[in-house]
Amino acid sequence: MSSSTSAASSSQPANSQDSKKYKRVFALVGNPNCGKTTLFNALTGMRQKVGNYPGVTVERKEGTCYGQHGEEFLMIDLPGAYSLNARSPDEEILRDVLLGRRDDTPTPDAVIVILDASNPDRNLYLATQVLELELPTILVLNMTDVAASQNLELDSSSLSDAFGVPVIPMQANTRKGLPELRVAMSRPDLPASPHQVPLPDDVKQRLQDFVKNSDDKTLANNERAALYLLDESTRKSHSNNEWENHLIAARYDAIQKICDRAVTKSASNTPSATDRLDAFLLHQVWGWVVLVGIMALLFSLIFSYAEIPMGWIDSTFTWLAGKVTDTMPPGDLRDLLSDGVIAGVGGVAIFLPQILILFFFIGLMEDTGYMSRVAFMMDRLMAKVGLNGKSFVPLLSSYACAIPGIMATRTVENPKDRLITILVAPWASCSARLPVYLLMIAVLIPESKVPILTKVGFMLSLYILGTIGIFIAAWIFNKTFRRTVKTVPIMELPLYKAPSWHTILLHMWERTKLFIRRAGTIILGVSILLWAAENYPKTPGADKATQVENSIAGKIGHAIEPVIKPLGYDWRIGIGLVASFAAREFFVSAMAITYNVEQDGVTENVAAETLRQRMRDARRPDGVSPVFSPLVCLSLMVFYLFAMQCISTTVVVRRETNSWKWPLFQLAFMTGTAYFAALIVYQGGLLLGFT
Amino acid sequence: MKSDLSLPENAAPTETLADLEPGDVAVIHDFTTSDDCMLRFRELGMLPGTTVSLVRRAPLGDPLELSVRGSLLSVRTHEASQIEIEPRPCLA
Repeated sequence: MSSSTSAASSSQPANSQDSKKYKRVFALVGNPNCGKTTLFNALTGMRQKVGNYPGVTVERKEGTCYGQHGEEFLMIDLPGAYSLNARSPDEEILRDVLLGRRDDTPTPDAVIVILDASNPDRNLYLATQVLELELPTILVLNMTDVAASQNLELDSSSLSDAFGVPVIPMQANTRKGLPELRVAMSRPDLPASPHQVPLPDDVKQRLQDFVKNSDDKTLANNERAALYLLDESTRKSHSNNEWENHLIAARYDAIQKICDRAVTKSASNTPSATDRLDAFLLHQVWGWVVLVGIMALLFSLIFSYAEIPMGWIDSTFTWLAGKVTDTMPPGDLRDLLSDGVIAGVGGVAIFLPQILILFFFIGLMEDTGYMSRVAFMMDRLMAKVGLNGKSFVPLLSSYACAIPGIMATRTVENPKDRLITILVAPWASCSARLPVYLLMIAVLIPESKVPILTKVGFMLSLYILGTIGIFIAAWIFNKTFRRTVKTVPIMELPLYKAPSWHTILLHMWERTKLFIRRAGTIILGVSILLWAAENYPKTPGADKATQVENSIAGKIGHAIEPVIKPLGYDWRIGIGLVASFAAREFFVSAMAITYNVEQDGVTENVAAETLRQRMRDARRPDGVSPVFSPLVCLSLMVFYLFAMQCISTTVVVRRETNSWKWPLFQLAFMTGTAYFAALIVYQGGLLLGFT
Repeated sequence: MKSDLSLPENAAPTETLADLEPGDVAVIHDFTTSDDCMLRFRELGMLPGTTVSLVRRAPLGDPLELSVRGSLLSVRTHEASQIEIEPRPCLA
């Protein structure tokens, strides 16, 4: 299946062969929001590797840590889940790794089950399932401080007696309990639990029949493991699942008995911090005020304050290009470096401030628990087009940049909802479209003539149009795609917690690394190709505009002219469209080249106005009609609104959907819609008598 | 003699979680469907006999925020209406 992936590079997580070099392989298991990630980070620090499980879009996290005597352990951070009865791809991975059913992952030697101490019943449900698998296990009672604040006291020795395994109280965020955990992890005699929930008779019968008729080798080791395969088979064949109800009741009965002895709750009527915060943040009025306020803050950071570091990055790269131009002998290599490589890398780097801000905000909202409140508030609206509240923040982020937005869709459990969100996200007019919009509006309406309100009106209309597109497309996809996996329409609102900067920054770092590695390398490659297309074959002695006309890019522009003519575009705009294949904002630099506007040295404002004026003055072959008539400007704006012109996004979609089918489909439907929308605008405008 | 003070209990329509008001407490009676997704509700601790309470409805009216065994769960009205609750004493 994937031995080739593991051999390919050492940055890939371990597979079954590698596991031999580790003293022990630990699986980390627990409910979502139990602090598992915090514990994993505390144990492994920077020695983590993040990847994907082959064949599915589930994130794979592994890391190494050291035991008491320096022995090396492999830690597999399995997806957070409520039960081994898998109802999502994440839970299937959890089940299959624990049962040793995946060739690409070593079977764990031991398990660490992390429990949220403030919620013992429900956390113990998964724990009892895992304990029955008879792997050496350590139970960690995490978030003991939260439990204490809720007047809950858990007796770890009582729990340890009941389950027969070490139980370690912990506060992972302050590393309290970590040394004791390390000691337990290093024990050579780590016990497996003898605890088994007594099976109701009908369950016993069903299980025996199932095991007898099955030849799955997993079942030979441990009968209880078969329960989860029986669950899968029951679900898939739509058989009577009454036995499952009985088993669940039996588990909770057993848990109740244990908790009666181990858990003491002193009565308290004072509302918790979470209650008080929710009363405000989910308030009919204040809740919206806060949400809109946060959105406003996020976007003002992205669209105005991010300009400052973006300016630095821009100047740095311009300086760098200048240095290359000064120090190297004139020639192709110098041009390749300054206009191809440096411009290309600069094109990616300049978006880093915005992307970092987005990753930070998303991470902050997730870590504190506010994200689920946003999903809770927006669920009804999203449900109208078949999505759920969890899609809101990914879509919102896409208004700045679709890449972090699409990466954030990991929180959407249902594969169909997630796919739809990923497909429609790029219709949120991202910040890369802004340079194109601004250019077109300025060409369309020279500064002096029309009030700023009209310009704002244009921008707003474009954003609204894109948003309408998102809802319509989501609705259509929801009706036409099959729902292959029915996930449970229930979401937990975790207790609020103070942000862990360590976790958030680590998360940011991981995501940014991914962006740079995936999107960055592709954009660099395409930028170089683009440079080559705009500069070869050479026309010696000609100015830049003629040079481009005779180049490959120019030829492509001419070649597609018949196709784009109905939209009102000529071959020069065609070159702009070709350049935008890499990234939307490259349209502006392509226009600058085509209209002979020097881009370096001179202040931006002067260059920008020169470009606009040249574009307003540009005339078609007949010498009279303008290239950039008002109708053409509108048509271009609508085209850029709907078209898929961001190779970085396509690459990220490929990664998040694990195939080329969906990014190509997205490319097709988006660009197709763009073509027809621009067509309608241009031809419709002509019919109505506009020029 | 007609008296509406003595309506027999089983004439009252069965209430579901969707009928609760913020602050109400109820005990789960049973599920009206054996749909697979209801299984997860049980696994999360919403079993017949469990006490749950409605904390609030979302500002847009849906979903509902329920307090179950110390955790807060967001449940859509559609699913909530499939979970029957034990008859509650009428408050005068």
